[in-house]
Amino acid sequence: MGMTMTQKILAAHAGLDSVKAGDLIEARLDIVLGNDVTTPVAVDVFEKAGFTSVFDKDKIAIVLDHYTPCKDIKSAELCATARGFAKRFDITHFYDVGAVGIEHALLPEKGIVGPGDLIIGADSHTCTYGALGAFSTGVGSTDMAAGMATGENWFKVPAAIKVVLKGKLQPFVSGKDVILHLIGRIGVDGALYKSLEFVGEGVKALTMDDRFAIANMAIEAGAKNGIFPVDEQTMAYVTGRFTRPVQVFEADADAVYESEVVIDLDTLQPTVSLPHLPSNTKTVDEVKGLPIDQVVIGSCTNGRIGDLRAAAAILKGKKVAKGVRCIVIPATEAIYLQSIKEGLTEIFIEAGCAVSTPTCGPCLGGHMGCMAAGERAVATTNRNFVGRMGHVKSEVILASPAVAAASAVCGAVASPYDMEV
Amino acid sequence: MYQGKAFCYGDNVDTDVIIPARYLNAPSAEELAKHCMEDIDTAFVKEVTPGDIMVGGENFGCGSSREHAPIAIRASGISCVIAASFARIFYRNAINIGFPILECAEAAKSIKKGDLVRVDADKGTIQNLTTGEEFQATPFPAFINRIIENGGLLPYLVAKQKGGAAK
Repeated sequence: MGMTMTQKILAAHAGLDSVKAGDLIEARLDIVLGNDVTTPVAVDVFEKAGFTSVFDKDKIAIVLDHYTPCKDIKSAELCATARGFAKRFDITHFYDVGAVGIEHALLPEKGIVGPGDLIIGADSHTCTYGALGAFSTGVGSTDMAAGMATGENWFKVPAAIKVVLKGKLQPFVSGKDVILHLIGRIGVDGALYKSLEFVGEGVKALTMDDRFAIANMAIEAGAKNGIFPVDEQTMAYVTGRFTRPVQVFEADADAVYESEVVIDLDTLQPTVSLPHLPSNTKTVDEVKGLPIDQVVIGSCTNGRIGDLRAAAAILKGKKVAKGVRCIVIPATEAIYLQSIKEGLTEIFIEAGCAVSTPTCGPCLGGHMGCMAAGERAVATTNRNFVGRMGHVKSEVILASPAVAAASAVCGAVASPYDMEV
Repeated sequence: MYQGKAFCYGDNVDTDVIIPARYLNAPSAEELAKHCMEDIDTAFVKEVTPGDIMVGGENFGCGSSREHAPIAIRASGISCVIAASFARIFYRNAINIGFPILECAEAAKSIKKGDLVRVDADKGTIQNLTTGEEFQATPFPAFINRIIENGGLLPYLVAKQKGGAAK
């Protein structure tokens, strides 16, 4: 029986010739990740269990991105705990304010993760690295502690859903629209415990930033991971960044998939998710005109340079509508610098946006843009649950950078097609 | 064996309502527990008593990877969670910290708020003492049972390293 791409990576890391869906395996880890929210809990568990060493200081990444630069004393204490652990064990990939980026933009950018890797991260959006042809999945802090101590963890081999991408995206339609559309079709538990394997001729027309956004939100369909095949674009991206040997895995021709979903990229429309579930999708044309108070462009889903370019193309020479606060957050320092060099930052500031240093901040209602009761945001983030960006009576509409920028200019949910660009 | 009154919630109870991110910098489980479920049920923390049982629908615990979610539920006094299905990271986290969870769609559908429920986690049996109904939860695979029997993933790994490899 053939294996999916995910199953092949898991089998290779478990030292097995083959695995099948449902098997419980113990597998070797290439990278173990944590952030300022989850690492302190892992440190506590690690120390209480009596561990005194880490399996490999080069294979652990600790990224202080959620509440940083620290929003209050409690957050500063969490960072101090994580920082102390990183220092004690001389963790190679430790990123603090000034060097830090949002973890899921930072790790690929720095070449810490790459094709064929098996990665666990104590952050649910760790599934992002599937864009590179890696198996990566979100876990909790105890899993992180176990991974740091032993370099291994247990996995249930997932079944898979094949997502066949056909055609090519139209202008102003992006990876974000693809994943919101998919979640709308299959639901927030449509891929529960499963892999989403993206295949088809449509893949090659997607930029790496599109693929990162798609893999990033696999978790919002309940998936264990989302994964893309490795092609020329992947290789071009990792060349010069990723220094370990690239391992390319391909699904067998007779791999078993539980179901198949076909997405026609040619006809895909800009798509949004209304409160309070990512699966509550509409095309932007169906909800145009809904008034908004805030726009957030950033996050581990959409804070990359391609996202900023898409937003800037719409905001260039325009102003954010009166009464709307537009917050732009480049996901890493390198992206921030690139945005300045390309003149994008100037476009944002002249349009009346606030441009922030990298942070997860507003996406999880942490800081840098929490909302009051009755307020509504269009955000390029990944969750629109009750209370996600602040007050329990505030609302988040998920959208692409192009839709978010158009909405900022119009002061209401708007389509990029209605803008003069 | 656990016994207590049921607190019932619907499908897709996410980790942001179990413990909102604005409290994730709280320094202790007890601090987290003060805010458990507050965005959908402000009465929960006032009404819950030690041993009570939480019941959810499909995809319980979806969203973030925060282990603070099962930690907050446990610290609030809840003895175990019954749901029709669990989101996978919550499922892992609960097992890894040794917090009992039971997957049983029939029980999740039938139990009503305030019903007195008794759970035998070892046997996977759920009794609704208010209605007299009995349910059988989906059994865990043997490997996961070994983690549970050792009290969580880290105690399991420590036992394994010491060669006592945990039953």
